[in-house]
Amino acid sequence: MQSVGQSVTRKDGMAKVTGTARYIDDLSFRGLLHGRTIRSTIPRGRILAVRHQLEQRGFVVAGARDVPGRNIVALIEDDQPCLAEHEVRHTAEPILLLAHEDRDVLRAAQVEIDYETATPVLDPLASDVIHKSLRIDKGDVRDAMARAPVIVDGEYRTGHQEHVYIETNGVIAVPEKGGITLYGSLQCPYYVQKALTVLLGLPAEVVRIVQTETGGGFGGKEEYPSVIAGHAAVLALKAGRPVKIVYDRAEDMLATTKRHPSIVRHRTGVDHDGRLLAMEIEIILDGGAYVTLSPVVLSRGAIHAAGPYRCDHVRIDGRTVMTNTPPNGAFRGFGAPQTQFAMEVHMERIAERLGIDPVRLRELNALRPGDTTATGQVMDLDCSALEVLQEAVRRSDYARKRHAYAGTNRGIGVSLFFHGSGFTGSGEVHLASKAALQLTERGVQILVASTEIGQGTRTMHAQIVADTLGIPYESVHTAQPDTAVVPDSGPTVASRTCMVVGRILQRCAEEMRERLGGLSPADYWKAHGPLVIIKQYEKPEDVRWDDAGYTGDAYAAYGWGCDVAEVQMDPDTYEIRPLRITTVQEIGKAIHPSLVAGQIEGGTSQGVGYALIEHVAMRDGAMANAQLTNYIIPTTLDTPQMDVVILEKPSRHGPYGAKGVGEMPIDGPAPAVVNAIRHLALDVREIPALPEHIMEVVCGSG
Amino acid sequence: MRLRLNGAQVEVSAHPMKRLLDVLREECGLYGTKEGCGEGECGACTVLVNGAPVVSCLVPFAHVEGTDVLTIEGLQGQHPLQRAFAEEGGAQCGICTPGMIMAALALGPKPSMRRIRDGLAGNLCRCTGYEAIYRAIRKA
Repeated sequence: MQSVGQSVTRKDGMAKVTGTARYIDDLSFRGLLHGRTIRSTIPRGRILAVRHQLEQRGFVVAGARDVPGRNIVALIEDDQPCLAEHEVRHTAEPILLLAHEDRDVLRAAQVEIDYETATPVLDPLASDVIHKSLRIDKGDVRDAMARAPVIVDGEYRTGHQEHVYIETNGVIAVPEKGGITLYGSLQCPYYVQKALTVLLGLPAEVVRIVQTETGGGFGGKEEYPSVIAGHAAVLALKAGRPVKIVYDRAEDMLATTKRHPSIVRHRTGVDHDGRLLAMEIEIILDGGAYVTLSPVVLSRGAIHAAGPYRCDHVRIDGRTVMTNTPPNGAFRGFGAPQTQFAMEVHMERIAERLGIDPVRLRELNALRPGDTTATGQVMDLDCSALEVLQEAVRRSDYARKRHAYAGTNRGIGVSLFFHGSGFTGSGEVHLASKAALQLTERGVQILVASTEIGQGTRTMHAQIVADTLGIPYESVHTAQPDTAVVPDSGPTVASRTCMVVGRILQRCAEEMRERLGGLSPADYWKAHGPLVIIKQYEKPEDVRWDDAGYTGDAYAAYGWGCDVAEVQMDPDTYEIRPLRITTVQEIGKAIHPSLVAGQIEGGTSQGVGYALIEHVAMRDGAMANAQLTNYIIPTTLDTPQMDVVILEKPSRHGPYGAKGVGEMPIDGPAPAVVNAIRHLALDVREIPALPEHIMEVVCGSG
Repeated sequence: MRLRLNGAQVEVSAHPMKRLLDVLREECGLYGTKEGCGEGECGACTVLVNGAPVVSCLVPFAHVEGTDVLTIEGLQGQHPLQRAFAEEGGAQCGICTPGMIMAALALGPKPSMRRIRDGLAGNLCRCTGYEAIYRAIRKA
């Protein structure tokens, strides 16, 4: 009967393996038009004229002046227009929208735009527009640094990363009932609803958002769907007909968000044994042309920048700056992969400098229960940095291989990392998420806005509810996320869907169990009729955060991970081949072990791609390799063998002790791989570590 | 044009240069075959033509005249690979899954790990890291 802890068959499994699951491009509506976005071809300038004769030829055409409400993409700041009218800030910026019933005719349509070009800012270090800056301060860094016997400095860089969900962004907007219904491939229905109410000037009651089966997100369908949804909705309202926009791969890669490139500088004071005495960290993120989610990406990045280590004196300065490139945005890990890459490669360099074993250095400094993080958060009993490190080292036979590989073309490297579950700081309090349970004739239905994007939301939530109610897993169902039906459970992001939303659902189920008073759902239904229980997030009393000072409990709980990567260099081509990754991750409780393993394996593979092969080639502020032919992601031949170990130290904050798992797996692979490359005596401090970069390190850049 | 589609003789009228992918989806109503890239790189649109896997986004409809075309719908949910993918977590977001299963089908029964890795190298999955897909194929 118990399903938690069992790898029960996932709810959406059969629909997906039979090809009957319906994604956005599989749907159609009577009178459907196809939409297309005309985009800027320059990175910066002014629009002087837009010329076409398309209305006469039966096209529906919409520009900035056709926006019924405010011409912005409502998110954190109001700086991004839905359609540019005068000023262009990046290549591929939307300017004009076209719709036509014939896709071929639509594709062939010509629009001429005259620009007055300006010099774009493409180097984040040359940008004088700061979207957001922050400081984390602990102890007295200046004094501690002055007294430190050894100082190690370093600068580390990471590039863009493209999400490459295999289903591109797509929506259908249907004008109906005095408003709009928007179907789409998306992570956050209520984000889209908010954006459309502002853009269309309509009340939320007539702006309905329905998530269709979604072919991957990874953060790429967190904020971007508000843009494409806005475009389709503006066209649909003007046309009075449904409008579908589904990007092809090239447009998706060119125009949508990517992971923020980063430059992170470390200055660390240590004693001769390797104890961290003082840390100064500077973070620069390239935000792209508009603010979008950069402030919160920076925030998570900064909080994770000092790694899972104890140090009494820490100062972290972060800023995210504007460049004339398409906005960067949410991507699995959300700033933490960038800053933990820097920290972990820097730790390796500290070990090299002191001549001590890199594992020993990490053991010495790893956070233990009772220690404090950079924001002063006291670590709870589920702090497992040391356990994951020791298990990964043992399991991978690290010590023997480290010795055996020395001087060969093989290397082995380690990374230790952590990841906070849920929104940062007071984020969950502001979200005030709701979840509901509804009794049905067949059992129970879950009502949440949390979306299934492949990670297993429906299955995992059903397990939590079934066991809490004491009913079979099979009798728990989940409503399709539809803002007309489900409450706002917050966005499906930040490793919060299990720990935060799952916990609210568990509280709903606890109350429903009491109300049922021992009756089965079917018997209760017969005797008393409908029953709906709705609950809201409740902040744990002892979780405290100070927004102004940037101190306190940044997250209610953390997952902990350690990766050991083994690589081999081809001495002729300088290609680095990942041979094997051992990954140990402590995530509180695996509600569904196979889904958890799936998150770890998928995230690890994505992290290996980030480390070695995924290169966004930017030319004049635009992605020059916007196709899968030459932006490559790991195939079956590029992924290493994986040995995945799941450890469980329950957190009191999550259902059945569960913490977040979705994002953490991508924090570790890049530094572990680069540290394995460093074991080959190659000083690499930047990813992706492409063969040409390795060749430069081997042969010199001259 | 006449062809065998999922075991049945059919006659389909479409432009000979139309992509097989579009003919399957738009003319035949078989939406199980997905488009991921439109350039033959991701394999989401894989179907079998005379038993061999092809990326249907690169095949003009004229090429399949008189052939035997098998799509995910042709397995009718009965194939052991489908069950194994569902049970082992071989499908996460599911968009690559129909193509992945068709490519796996072409590997034949009980393929070696080497053969699996080689045979699926043209099918991208962004969710699984392929591990659960290997487990599913080895189980089926």
